[in-house]
Amino acid sequence: MRLNGWLGVAAVALTVGGTALAETVKIGVVLPFSGANADLGHQVDKAFDLYVKLHAKDIEPNKIEIIKRDEGPPTGAQAKTVATELITNDKVQILTGFVFSPSAIALAPVVTQAKVPMIIANAGTAWITNLSPYIARLSFSMWHHGYPMGAYAFNKIGCKTAALAYTDFPPGKDSTEAFKTGFEKAGGKVTESIPMGSPVQVPDFTPFFQRIKDAKPDCMYVFIPSGAHATGVTKAYGELGMRKAGVKLIGPMDLIPDNKLQDMGDAAIGTVVMGNYAVDLDNADNKAFNKAWHEAYGKDSYPDFMSAAGWDTMHAIFDAIKKLNGKVEDGSKVIDVMKGWTGNGPRGQVSIDAATRDVVQDEHAMEVIRKPDGKLGIKVLGTTKAVKDECKELKVGRCGS
Amino acid sequence: MPQVANIAVSILFDGLAYAMFLFITSVGLSVTMGLMGFVNLAHGAFAMAGGYVVVTLTRTYGVGFVPSLVIAAVVVGAVSVVFERVLYRRLYKSTDLEQVLLTIGLAFMAIATATYLYGPIPKSVPLPEWLQGDVNLGFRYFPSYRAFLIVLGAVLIAVLWYAFERTNIGAKIRAAVDNRRMAESVGINVDRLFTLTFAVGSGLAALGGGLAIQLLGLSPSFAVLYLVLFLIVVAVGGLGSLKGTLLAALVLGIFDTGGKYLLADAGGFFVYAVTVVVLLIKPAGFYGRE
Repeated sequence: MRLNGWLGVAAVALTVGGTALAETVKIGVVLPFSGANADLGHQVDKAFDLYVKLHAKDIEPNKIEIIKRDEGPPTGAQAKTVATELITNDKVQILTGFVFSPSAIALAPVVTQAKVPMIIANAGTAWITNLSPYIARLSFSMWHHGYPMGAYAFNKIGCKTAALAYTDFPPGKDSTEAFKTGFEKAGGKVTESIPMGSPVQVPDFTPFFQRIKDAKPDCMYVFIPSGAHATGVTKAYGELGMRKAGVKLIGPMDLIPDNKLQDMGDAAIGTVVMGNYAVDLDNADNKAFNKAWHEAYGKDSYPDFMSAAGWDTMHAIFDAIKKLNGKVEDGSKVIDVMKGWTGNGPRGQVSIDAATRDVVQDEHAMEVIRKPDGKLGIKVLGTTKAVKDECKELKVGRCGS
Repeated sequence: MPQVANIAVSILFDGLAYAMFLFITSVGLSVTMGLMGFVNLAHGAFAMAGGYVVVTLTRTYGVGFVPSLVIAAVVVGAVSVVFERVLYRRLYKSTDLEQVLLTIGLAFMAIATATYLYGPIPKSVPLPEWLQGDVNLGFRYFPSYRAFLIVLGAVLIAVLWYAFERTNIGAKIRAAVDNRRMAESVGINVDRLFTLTFAVGSGLAALGGGLAIQLLGLSPSFAVLYLVLFLIVVAVGGLGSLKGTLLAALVLGIFDTGGKYLLADAGGFFVYAVTVVVLLIKPAGFYGRE
């Protein structure tokens, strides 16, 4: 016994006496790996893996250990179960991922109680960050795209009237509310607002779009989760000949995720979206990011806005680990060092607002074009620098609490 | 054209196109469930397989869309015979639960296989020029692809009706659905008949899967995602009835489209409301035997 004790002390002394005590930070990643939205999970996961592969040396001698779990369908129930397991059984010190808002909403009370930081890489319902002091978000709030799109649509695209159509779950309501607020403030008139069923319903939008086409608004603002539904929107829009009928398709960038854009065909050309990322964004970090992505995943695999946010999320987590030298047991310290964090990534410069723990980033109005090489791409029409989440700035509804 | 008439035409046209799609994908399931009482939850997996055959043929081998649909139906129909002979036939006399477990297991394996081979990103299919855009029918424009669905559905209904009502094999199938033991007693090889109808049903599912790519997109989860929809059509129509499946597809397709158009706020609620009402009044479906 006595000898054992002495050996232990000696071992500790030796390790400390070396350079620094190396820590292994356990990170729980919760993303949809199965079901209809598995591809969304993979878009984020590939970015996480790529960042870790290229930057593991940045946090040496500390290491990370990543444990991945399936977020499941966009209902939140499975995400809550697996994330709770990650906290209680696997003792993860940081949680990240979360494609769907319902997952983040369901988990907020859990992370508050467990004091585990939850770094959101996608889920965009604006008021999520208000739900727990342990939440920080690197992706976007639905207001980042929807609100500035309101004024832009009225002033620059020529939408005097607009119909709204959205998938009926929290981010859908949020995105259309954001657009409506900005649009009406600018002087536009919303003709109607159509909930198009839940995210797990059949994505046949034709009857809804036919109704809008017959009502002839100048523009149609659509929010859908960026999976299979995105392609469905462009197809139904194209089939019904709505552009010819004078109804412009606008929305947040979820309408034209980069990894599905090539499949959308001519129907997508002319669509104008507001967003924080596109493969075609012209900055050095994005070029390097795309190069690394293609080297790792092949030339036909494209990152998208989810991947870009995934990359920045891991970047922020790594910087926090570095700053705390791997000592992340105290979740509130992790969140504290993230407040005010600034970094450069595929989206250009992004930072975390110290007051709201939500991301601050540039927003671009982007139009889908046919590029000279025959592929579909985007053209940046205009950029607004350092956009904050207006929902919290204006204290709208639950964002004000 | 007056606005009301215009709306009615929109709803009827879109509803009809959707109904044809529902009919094509569900009719095989209805017949196999009616004939052998076999609960085939892997039906959606055969539809998905058809979709991926079409994607592979058009994208990788440059085969046209319509020939690809035919090839997909034939290939999947033929492959389904192997499944029927090796797996399904063992469970013909088993309980529903065992059949459900086998076939839902197959569906999940199909999802994993498709994810492995094609990845989780939804696929789309290149359409020929004449199926893109819209077609002018004199008084207004209609989306070409949906017009194509309606024509194809009408042709299939005619062919199936003829095969069922006017051919020897059709008569045997009807006999087997009505009274299996009596059919066997008079010397009809019901076992072989089932293999045949199973293949035809799976082939039709594959055709439906190929047609669905443009409507719904195609990803591995297709195998179970729309299964509920197919089962609703079968339940509302009544097991084993061609007429019932057609009527159910029409009612559901048109009510769904009409509901979404006229009362957009209620969204996709209508399919379920119609299902509940029909099944309350006729628990065995339109043409099912009580």
